[in-house]
Amino acid sequence: MRVQNYFKIPNISYRVWKVWLRNMEVFMKTIKVNFIPPFFEPILYLLGIGFGLGLFVREMEGVPYPVFIAPALISISMMNSAFFECTFASFVRMYYQKTFDAIISTPLNMDEVIFGEILWGSTKSIINASIILLVVSIFQLVKFPESLLIIPFSFLVGLTFSAIAMCFTAIVPRIEFFNYPTFLFITPMFLFSGTFFPLHVLPLPIQSISFTLFPLTHAVYITRSLTMGAIESQVILSLIWFICVAVILTILSINLMKRRLIV
Amino acid sequence: MMPVISAKGLTKKFDDFLAVDNIDFNIRKKECFGFLGPNGAGKTTTMRIIQCVSPKTSGSLKVNGIDAEEQPREVKELLGVVPQENNLDPDFTVFKNLMTYARYYGIPKREGKSRAQELLKFVQLEDKKNVIIEKLSSGMKRRLILARALINEPEILILDEPTTGLDPQARHLIWEKIMSLKREGVTVVLTTHYMEEASQLCDRLVIMDLGKIIVKGDPQGLVQKYIGSEIIEVDNKPETLTCILENKMSYEEFGDRVHIFTKEPKKFASKLMQRCKLDKVIIRQASLEDVFLTLTGKILRD
Ligand SMILES: Nc1ncnc2c1ncn2[C@@H]1O[C@H](COP(=O)(O)OP(=O)(O)O)[C@@H](O)[C@H]1O
Ligand SMILES: [Mg+2]
Repeated sequence: MRVQNYFKIPNISYRVWKVWLRNMEVFMKTIKVNFIPPFFEPILYLLGIGFGLGLFVREMEGVPYPVFIAPALISISMMNSAFFECTFASFVRMYYQKTFDAIISTPLNMDEVIFGEILWGSTKSIINASIILLVVSIFQLVKFPESLLIIPFSFLVGLTFSAIAMCFTAIVPRIEFFNYPTFLFITPMFLFSGTFFPLHVLPLPIQSISFTLFPLTHAVYITRSLTMGAIESQVILSLIWFICVAVILTILSINLMKRRLIV
Repeated sequence: MMPVISAKGLTKKFDDFLAVDNIDFNIRKKECFGFLGPNGAGKTTTMRIIQCVSPKTSGSLKVNGIDAEEQPREVKELLGVVPQENNLDPDFTVFKNLMTYARYYGIPKREGKSRAQELLKFVQLEDKKNVIIEKLSSGMKRRLILARALINEPEILILDEPTTGLDPQARHLIWEKIMSLKREGVTVVLTTHYMEEASQLCDRLVIMDLGKIIVKGDPQGLVQKYIGSEIIEVDNKPETLTCILENKMSYEEFGDRVHIFTKEPKKFASKLMQRCKLDKVIIRQASLEDVFLTLTGKILRD
């Protein structure tokens, strides 16, 4: 297949929300259970790393350590919720449950199914980021009203990670293969995106890799600007970076999925 | 009358493998049209092209005069589909499965509810309304998929092996539903490898093998044309074959039995018994199965 075939503009109508709604309804069935992990996980991190390690670290970049990692915890949850939704969960729906097959027999098409999944992954990002924002504001680690912008921003981060995840879903032969992107992509980002220590302590080449290739780096940067209420003009560059990557990868992932599923 | 589905030179290749090889067919309004053939014949591939979920390689396919490739949404609105593989939504109950499907078709909620209720009654699953899918038997799942296929009140119903793997009771229940839909004027397109199913339900059918249509016609007509009304079956022994050849009869060997095709079965059966001293001579009604075995058997030998 030629390169331009991977970037064909998808054919998407309003029907895409029906795919989103299907997933939302499944989520709502177990809503109470769904809120427990995103609520308690950041508390564990804050207690263990923020306050535990914080006893020794005390300050990072001139702020108390829990204040430094609070935006990282929010960003990591945006990443994880979208990435795992559009890898493991989407793969189960596609491969084991044949949900996509059932939907494309109706007036919906594959473009809408895949984009609906991506929108749903982004929604999970918004939901989880909002819960964690609530938790860290209980601990008074973030500034308002600036931090409220994290909620719409988490959609963009979610969209990017959902699209990345969907690209992997389109090419893995079996579900176990998701261990590779998780280990080679998610774990390095978790550690080297300015999450638990600032980026500038890393060797320069790693800094530039982190800045060009890791969406989490940009997510942490923007989120941290918001939680600390210190918004620099470079935030615009990171936002543009996100929008470009999100659009390109969303289109790519839809085309890759169609190559896999429409035979 | 314009055919509701018409295919010309329809071809589907998977890489270099020809799964559907230049087939033509015309399906008329309100008839039940069958695709009969062994596994791998290309039936499902053909159905998936009609459903607009798999693109054809070449040829043309029109549904109600609409080109399936150019206007897939319009075509899909007209169809109800029972796929070969069950794909009910395991995250939802029986009723919710129908409601979700109704939403995909853009049916308003109230209308969807009343249709779903009615359809559950039609397929006799009213008491399973709030049951989760995995608790259904395979027959019930098939019936629910049939109900789901009817939620958009389709003009054309596509059934890909609707009863494969079901017990006889479950199968007869589905047949009954298909016949009642046909009486209501739904065009039914059916694939099967059960001869009985094809001859009971189909007005006309094609037999497919290795991606090609090898014959087309109505079940009775095909039996008459290729076999005759009755068949003589005898044990496959050297004496049998000698006796048949002496009398210049046409026959087919099927393992340890020989089938003899003749216009005068009674006369020839007594000849076999009396003159050639053969026993276990049976005269029976010829069926579609005989046509199928004769034709596909021959093709495999060529
Ligand atoms: N996605 C596919 N890729 C490659 N070959 C396929 C694919 N789908 C079906 N085939 C092949 O095409 C042939 C026809 O398959 P199918 O239409 O499912 O037959 P039937 O429904 O009559 O049993 C089979 O040999 C099958 O292996
Ligand atoms: Mg099949």
